[in-house]
Amino acid sequence: MIHLTPWDLVIASGMIILLAITSLLLQLNIARQLTIAAIRNVIQLLLIGYILKLIFNTNNLFLLASIACIMLLVAGYEINARQKYPLKRWVGFKVGTSALFLSSFAMVLLTLMVIVAPTPWYSPQYAIPLLGMLLGNTMNGISLGMDKLNQSVYQQRAIIEQRLMLGQSYHEAIKEIRTESIRTGMIPIINSMAIAGLVSLPGMMTGQILSGTPPVEAVKYQILIFFLIASGTGFGIMLAVWMIAKRMFDDRQRLDLAILKVK
Amino acid sequence: MSDFTIKNLNLSSISADFNQVFNFCVPEGQCLGITGPSGIGKSILLKALADMLPHQGEVFLGDVESQMIPAPQWRRKVALLPAESQWWCDTVGEHFHEFDETLFAQLGFEKKVMGWHISHLSSGEKQRLACIRLLMNQPEALLLDEPTANLDKGNQANLESIIADYQKKYQIPVIWISHDKPQLERVCQQLLVMNKDHYELRPLSGVQS
Repeated sequence: MIHLTPWDLVIASGMIILLAITSLLLQLNIARQLTIAAIRNVIQLLLIGYILKLIFNTNNLFLLASIACIMLLVAGYEINARQKYPLKRWVGFKVGTSALFLSSFAMVLLTLMVIVAPTPWYSPQYAIPLLGMLLGNTMNGISLGMDKLNQSVYQQRAIIEQRLMLGQSYHEAIKEIRTESIRTGMIPIINSMAIAGLVSLPGMMTGQILSGTPPVEAVKYQILIFFLIASGTGFGIMLAVWMIAKRMFDDRQRLDLAILKVK
Repeated sequence: MSDFTIKNLNLSSISADFNQVFNFCVPEGQCLGITGPSGIGKSILLKALADMLPHQGEVFLGDVESQMIPAPQWRRKVALLPAESQWWCDTVGEHFHEFDETLFAQLGFEKKVMGWHISHLSSGEKQRLACIRLLMNQPEALLLDEPTANLDKGNQANLESIIADYQKKYQIPVIWISHDKPQLERVCQQLLVMNKDHYELRPLSGVQS
């Protein structure tokens, strides 16, 4: 594998600076955001690079668990950010984090203990990238599904109440919205599975090939990852959507949107 | 069938504006009219009776209190027709389990109505279809929120007679919100006049079914 020198990165950052100057001249108003994002990118990635180096050298289960927890909590928090009709902060965090935890951690444990089975099973070189990919994708899926669910219920509350008035249970009254929300959350991963290899080379596979892994070996890993992400995302979305939908009704099956921030 | 009895119903948990306590009874086969200024809480009261809003106090149909049975079962027995009906599928037929020819014909519809698109219905047609949809659940009490507000005179008379027929056939209690005084006098035996912090009950001469 060809190692990158700091000089290589300076050339690449020259491109970013060139783009920033161009956008300044054209008054595109993205120079500031672009610069901040690029600097954050360098700091965050360098930091995680050194942390990973440290963890890889120690093989300490406790240290690994702490990192996994931080990753989970950040992802759980981010699920609820950027929603049109967000859940109240604490409810959203609780639901998001528990759905993420149950689906992503189950998938990662299955991979580490049964499928790839490195020694020791918690070998950070496998555990952290796997968990990162699962959490990131599941977070996206749950976030999209939740956005669709909250928005649809809020906009169709008169219809839901009408269905309840006609004696439907809350399950029936929200059935179509729930199905649509789960479908919405699954679209990105289904799309990327469908076009993989034809339109795009998945990032992980590209990385492995660049670092010298034989392409067929990289492909096998990529298929494994796709299947894990799709199942993890699917189960995570289902869990989150079911939990939220249930909390939108009280004990007498009345629509109660107190869990939404807007009212 | 059964009397509809409201005991110590209090809606203050919905809003501090609704601080009165309701006690009244609609005997089987009779109709209670509710009237009063807009925004006074008539629709809120009706929704609470269908257990669609949290409330304190008791609502009986016969000797069954609303909290004794699952909420969907209560709402099928004590059926609420809201002022504006809602539809969730594309065509009329998808909202019905079966086609009841007599009932549809009485409100001026043929079988082909089942294929009509909801977006092409007038508000009057929606209201009549909503009434059919409600009656097909075979309710044991009816709560009607301005059921004829969008209807012309002919359809208004049709709807009144459909409800009267159903009420007579099954001897059910009915509560009817309306701003139309002559209509209330036609269909009701009792009138509840709602005000901000009190209400009064008056007998009416409506023909008993």
